[in-house]
Amino acid sequence: MNSRSHMRLLVLHVMVMSLLLSLGGRLWYLQVMNGAYYRKVAADNGIREIVVPAPRGQILDDIGRPLVRNRTALVVSADRTTLLRQKDGGKAVLQRLADVLGLPYAQVAAKIQLCGPGVTRPCWTGSPYQPIPIDDHADPQKALQIRERQEDFPGITAQLQAVRDYPRPYGAGAAQALGYLQPITQDELNRRKGMRVTGYAGADLIGRDGLEAVYDSDLRGAPGIRRVLVDSQGRVTGIASEQPALSGGNLVTSIDAKVQGAVEGALKHAVDAARKRGDPADSAAGVVMDVRTGRVLALGSYPTYDPAVWTGGISQSEYDALLSKNKGQPLISRVTQGEFAPGSTFKVSSLPAAVRDGYSLHGIYPCPSSYMVGARSFSNFEGESGGDISLHQAIVMSCDTIFYKFAYEEWLRDGGVHPAKNPKDPMIKMAKAFGFGEKTGVDLVGESAGRIPSRQWKLDYWHATKTYDCKHGKSGFPDVAKTDPSRAAYLKAVAAENCVDGYVFRAGDAANFAVGQGDTLVTPLQLARAYAAVANGGTLWSPRVAKAVLAPDGTVARRIDPVKAGKLPISQKVLAYMRSAFADVPKSGTAAGAFGGFPLDKLAVAGKTGTAEVYGKKDNSWFASYAPAKNPRYVVVVMVTQTGTGATTAAPAVREIWEDMYGLRKGTTPDLPDGRVPDQLPRLASDGTIVPPAGFGDPIDKTPAGAAAPAVRKKKHE
Amino acid sequence: MISGYGRTLERRSWLSRAFESPLRRLDWTLICVALVLSVIGSLLVFSATRVGLAEAGSDPYSFLKKHLFNLAFGIILGGVTAALDYRLLRAYAPIVYAAACVGLVAVLTPLGSTINGSHSWITLGGGFQLQPSEFAKVGMVVLLAMLLGEPRDGEVGPGRRDILLALALAALPAGLVMLQPDLGTTLVFGAVVIGMLSVSGAPKKWVLGLLAGAVTGAFLVWWLHLLKPYQINRFTAFADPSRDPRGAGYNAEQARIAVGSGGLFGKGLFHGEQTTGHFVPEQHTDFIFTVAGEELGFVGAALITVLLGVVLWRGLRIAMQAADMFGMLVAAGVVCWLAFQTFENIGMTVGIMPITGLPLPFVSYGGSATFANMIALGLLEAVHLRHNPYE
Repeated sequence: MNSRSHMRLLVLHVMVMSLLLSLGGRLWYLQVMNGAYYRKVAADNGIREIVVPAPRGQILDDIGRPLVRNRTALVVSADRTTLLRQKDGGKAVLQRLADVLGLPYAQVAAKIQLCGPGVTRPCWTGSPYQPIPIDDHADPQKALQIRERQEDFPGITAQLQAVRDYPRPYGAGAAQALGYLQPITQDELNRRKGMRVTGYAGADLIGRDGLEAVYDSDLRGAPGIRRVLVDSQGRVTGIASEQPALSGGNLVTSIDAKVQGAVEGALKHAVDAARKRGDPADSAAGVVMDVRTGRVLALGSYPTYDPAVWTGGISQSEYDALLSKNKGQPLISRVTQGEFAPGSTFKVSSLPAAVRDGYSLHGIYPCPSSYMVGARSFSNFEGESGGDISLHQAIVMSCDTIFYKFAYEEWLRDGGVHPAKNPKDPMIKMAKAFGFGEKTGVDLVGESAGRIPSRQWKLDYWHATKTYDCKHGKSGFPDVAKTDPSRAAYLKAVAAENCVDGYVFRAGDAANFAVGQGDTLVTPLQLARAYAAVANGGTLWSPRVAKAVLAPDGTVARRIDPVKAGKLPISQKVLAYMRSAFADVPKSGTAAGAFGGFPLDKLAVAGKTGTAEVYGKKDNSWFASYAPAKNPRYVVVVMVTQTGTGATTAAPAVREIWEDMYGLRKGTTPDLPDGRVPDQLPRLASDGTIVPPAGFGDPIDKTPAGAAAPAVRKKKHE
Repeated sequence: MISGYGRTLERRSWLSRAFESPLRRLDWTLICVALVLSVIGSLLVFSATRVGLAEAGSDPYSFLKKHLFNLAFGIILGGVTAALDYRLLRAYAPIVYAAACVGLVAVLTPLGSTINGSHSWITLGGGFQLQPSEFAKVGMVVLLAMLLGEPRDGEVGPGRRDILLALALAALPAGLVMLQPDLGTTLVFGAVVIGMLSVSGAPKKWVLGLLAGAVTGAFLVWWLHLLKPYQINRFTAFADPSRDPRGAGYNAEQARIAVGSGGLFGKGLFHGEQTTGHFVPEQHTDFIFTVAGEELGFVGAALITVLLGVVLWRGLRIAMQAADMFGMLVAAGVVCWLAFQTFENIGMTVGIMPITGLPLPFVSYGGSATFANMIALGLLEAVHLRHNPYE
């Protein structure tokens, strides 16, 4: 190496070391000499993450009318953690808050209690770390006071928020189908790991029932995060970063607001009329479905309620009312969760079952006023005799004894009380093919399966109740005996009998099942899809209420289509025969009175009445129908409990629904133009307007959810 | 007795062989200091990432694990480099250089991906990325050493032709890196070129001319708006950080607050409030020194600076004792690279240098940087191992 390089290496050496030394000096200056200053600056240093809630998507009807939308509300909320950290546990602050809001202190204090054993609503069901909404109808003047005097209200915030709003177009409530929102619990937060929450009061809600629950992830969107710089006083000094919120998708349903309104109105009228007659008529259900697609146009359940009670925390009395037996448990959807004996409407299954078992479709069968099933006499509903009739007439006049005969003979062929190894059970097999006894798979929460009282069910049930029956079979029912000795004796005899051989599938069980009585239970939706299957030529649908999810940008995020659940094992010939019989029921059969004066020439309605006996109560009234009879499009099923025959209560309600749908009363316009529902989806225009499918009305007004768009547009014009 | 004596002899010969083996002749001070820096670095990387990872619901150890894996792999790369006869490298220098240039071109194609505004990465599978500009530093040092270290008769340093060729070949990767844009690496290239030219014995007018050219060039680039706006912002923010507290100056300000608040002894490892509060961006990579400053205080920060000083001192010592011009230039080039990067990185953290994206050698997180640093260490050891001309 030459000396010049050596020299220059030495220079490099000196340079490197002096640079490092200057770094050391700077460090000394920063950390030791100015350490105290920077510690103070650091203490002032803060970044606050503000989570921007995402607007939840709307739920729309088939042409885009909002069934659920958002409105802006001024929400006053309390941060529990901040309050509890105060010396008096936040008492003074809550007292001041109660004064400003004009609410009793006890009510405000109760709202921030966490729900638990012994704590009644309005307690907080959500996560303890979320702010708790105290008042979501706050007066802007009062809210402003809270915002201006933050030093008096530590832990209290007043913010503009979007809350759920239920416009009920044309009286379409559909409360049970739409569902409701509730605060996310800590448990749910832990389970759904990827879910981002806002930490805003009232914004971190989750769908708990109905469509809100099933399509929660579609409707929810994702909150944005804005990171702001704050000083030690909490003043915002700037924005560090921002990730915008993603709005939730809009759920388009096949519910038609006008038809839904008509169904709810018809149920109300039916119940009111029945009660005027002195019947209890404690609940009712109505469903309208497109027989060709399996899409649900309306589901009405009576009694119903206003879902707005859930917004901003529900009080204990409101909550109790939703579940109380006295108020008729309005939370429960009678369409999908209610299980009822179907009565004669069940012949939709029993008739083809008998034909499939070998009884001639065109045979003539006796319809006596009563029929001996073993040692017991089973009679027609009103004890009338029909003479020798065809199956067509058996449906039109609803003869039961024909079906008793079929069922009893089939039961005997299966071995009676000593059944063959593999009994044929034609009635039960056909009922299963119709989808009874299993969930329809509709996109709603908590659907009931109904019940087919098969041999297996009897055995399972006997195992489950044996102990109870055997005990009471011996000791009787002394409590009941005090007030009603004859009933006690009856109950004791039944219990003793069930104790010994309650598992046996008896002749009476078979006979009862054939006419939808005894232990048979169906949901109105199950019955609707069964009639739809007969009407559409044999396709059994798994119905759907939702049609599609529209992304906030207007594109179709996903489509939701009904699923074919099965095919009826019935020939087209038999189906056509059944349809012609059903078509005569409103013309000349059991529903002729209810359809008196109905323009059957304009709209041929076909259907079947049902009167289901319930022990100790009045009969349930059913009417299952579809129309037009020749080329069926829709099925309408109505059930009213405790009111009498199908013809007296349910059939008139069904008639009212058909009249509304097709505009058959004088001076009314049809709910469905030309009896059609749109195949196309409504569109979401760029300005937030919802445009109905072509031929289905005018654009629908912007809703508060889309309010951001016009503001941007306005700016452009300036 | 005889047999016993023989055994002793045998053992002695094994021992003496071990003492004479290349392992013994490694610069262990350099290795130990680099390892200590790597351990401190790992702790700081863990401290900087664990809270953020835990908040995101991921494994708080994931960055630490990746960093340790990078270190292990880097040590193997360094070991292989050290085991090579560095004189062979001279023959392969054009290939290393060409490979580096190919990597830099590949980054500019759709193969590359953008992280933090720089299109500097090639994404590999399994969450690993390759940053060719780090490896280009190695290529640059080796190529310049080959060009400037040609054995010459009667000449003290490289001639004008050698110098111009060296500058031209250095300009290509520098230009490619500038296109990404990666200002920091370009500056490293500049420091390496000027440093190596000067120790190669190039005429004084060339060295001073290049220095002057670098200064005017930097000024012109700024003046003619050749830089991206964010790069200019970083420079203006350097001049007055408080002018723009949430923009580019935000990083400088927050870094200074974090370091300054550490005081003499620091807040304790894993106890830095500024660190857990994510006030400083890129804290596990470019701003790792803020974690040291806040959590370990002046004592820890100065210790890291001193340890890096030891690395540079050993590097310069190896350069001085190098057997030939090529070895000396390789060692000096590595020192210039690491010295500039150390000064720039710590300097921007404490507010005496503008902010550019350069990692702190041996301390920052980053696979490619770790590999390149370990290869650099291997180069120093390779030169050191073969410094006895009579071997």
